[in-house]
Amino acid sequence: MSKQLETKFNEILFKNPVVPASGTFGFGREYEAYYDLEKLGGLCSKGLTLEPQSGNTGIRLWETPAGLMNSIGLENPGIEAFIENEWPHLKSLDTVTIVNVGGKDEESYLKAIEKLNAIDVKLIELNISCPNVKAGGMAYGMTAETAGDITKKVVDISNHPVMVKLSPNGDSVADIARACEASGAQGISLINTIQGMAIDYKKRAVVFDNLYAGLSGPAVKPIALRMTHQVCQAVNIPVMAMGGISTWEDALEFIMAGATCIQIGTVNFINPLAPIEIIEGLEVYCEKEGLANISEIRGII
Amino acid sequence: MAIIRSNEFISPGICKMTVAFTGAVLPGQFFMLRAWDKDPLLSRPISVHDYEAGKLTFLYQVVGKGTEILSCLKAQSEVILQGPLGNGFPQIVGDLCVVGGGIGIAPLYYFVKDYKKKNPQGNCRVYLGFRDSSYCVESFNAIADEVNLNIGGMITDQLKVASNEVVVTCGPEVMMKSVAKATPAENLVYVSMEARMACGIGACLGCTCATKYGNKKVCKDGPVFLSDEVFYV
Repeated sequence: MSKQLETKFNEILFKNPVVPASGTFGFGREYEAYYDLEKLGGLCSKGLTLEPQSGNTGIRLWETPAGLMNSIGLENPGIEAFIENEWPHLKSLDTVTIVNVGGKDEESYLKAIEKLNAIDVKLIELNISCPNVKAGGMAYGMTAETAGDITKKVVDISNHPVMVKLSPNGDSVADIARACEASGAQGISLINTIQGMAIDYKKRAVVFDNLYAGLSGPAVKPIALRMTHQVCQAVNIPVMAMGGISTWEDALEFIMAGATCIQIGTVNFINPLAPIEIIEGLEVYCEKEGLANISEIRGII
Repeated sequence: MAIIRSNEFISPGICKMTVAFTGAVLPGQFFMLRAWDKDPLLSRPISVHDYEAGKLTFLYQVVGKGTEILSCLKAQSEVILQGPLGNGFPQIVGDLCVVGGGIGIAPLYYFVKDYKKKNPQGNCRVYLGFRDSSYCVESFNAIADEVNLNIGGMITDQLKVASNEVVVTCGPEVMMKSVAKATPAENLVYVSMEARMACGIGACLGCTCATKYGNKKVCKDGPVFLSDEVFYV
């Protein structure tokens, strides 16, 4: 494999900057039927919480023009089951596994982080931005103060570097990102889904049991790109950007806006090979443009 | 990518598409279909109506933008296929009672055909229920031992399950629930569930259904389940 896409996210070396996003990739197993996961720069686990969660009731998916609303509600087997059943496999892969951690309150975040101290995770993605859970979730990510506070507490007890996943639904993302950086975060990822709503006029009722849901997919890309740019201007820690990236051209735009890595989300659902096609597209681009490394065009905007 | 051999309406709002496909396909499995770029965003899960080497058939109802686009595709054009996906129906030994409602009859044709091929001595009775107009009844007549038709009424009003029959049903959930209810507890009832899906392969957790044994994924653990597993309350 060529070195043109090799990317350093702090001290962590990624073969390439392409990482399937949390919640769109399970724990990777489903996609192994389509390609070798070791081709990926990294992969991000489904959002995990201290205890198992069964997720939200009712309709969980709703399409919008070029977009997808979801209300999964962090259905997951819990940290312990993850460590027992999924981690041995993920650990054996020659790719960077990022573990996404959510919580309902400070205590559950910290206990989850403590449990993860026992395994050799390269990077934690601290989810303070899930719009689909009633308690905790996005609440911590809405203001610079709350985001900074939980980040500091997590960073203080974590053995692993912490990247904070930001919400597009709260205060200025640049302010929140600065607060996370000041609290010791070693990276920022963004954007989580944009909170939206759907009404079924025929039923005269809201679509989702949880009332609001998270919008993702190509429809959100311009917003994600703008926020990525703002955050990259605001902080010195690396940024892992996502939001509607479906092609290598999209990926390049985010890298030009300053992203170190990019995460691939909703498009995994419509084309399981998308991350591989994006990696290949970026390689061809580097070749054609005569770039020794993709970093040459990073942050040029 | 597959080449469409034919794609025609066989009844108002009901379309039949045959595409070129080779490989193993089990009755009750489904494919994700798409023939568009990003709007609608998701592919459409469509169950296998019939399959013989080289020739894969889907029977689908036009209900929204995706199926509308599918219904307009012409022979020789291309459709993107992902699959086959899902567990499919179990192999049945012994007699069979099949209950289909509306477009839910779609996966039952290949299932019955496959059953009769593997169990030439087995008896297969079929109940088909439709809201207003029927379709595919002749095709079922050609392969099943008995076909009971109901238009506009409740299929369960006439349903009688023999003690040695395994029941397999696909249709509106309310119909499948009443089929399960109308069947003696000693008989096994398999139901094929429908759900909104994003990925079709078990990654998104959009199609989760609550079961007696916890959450399961309709796309990957199903779509076929034992009725007492999913209708347990």
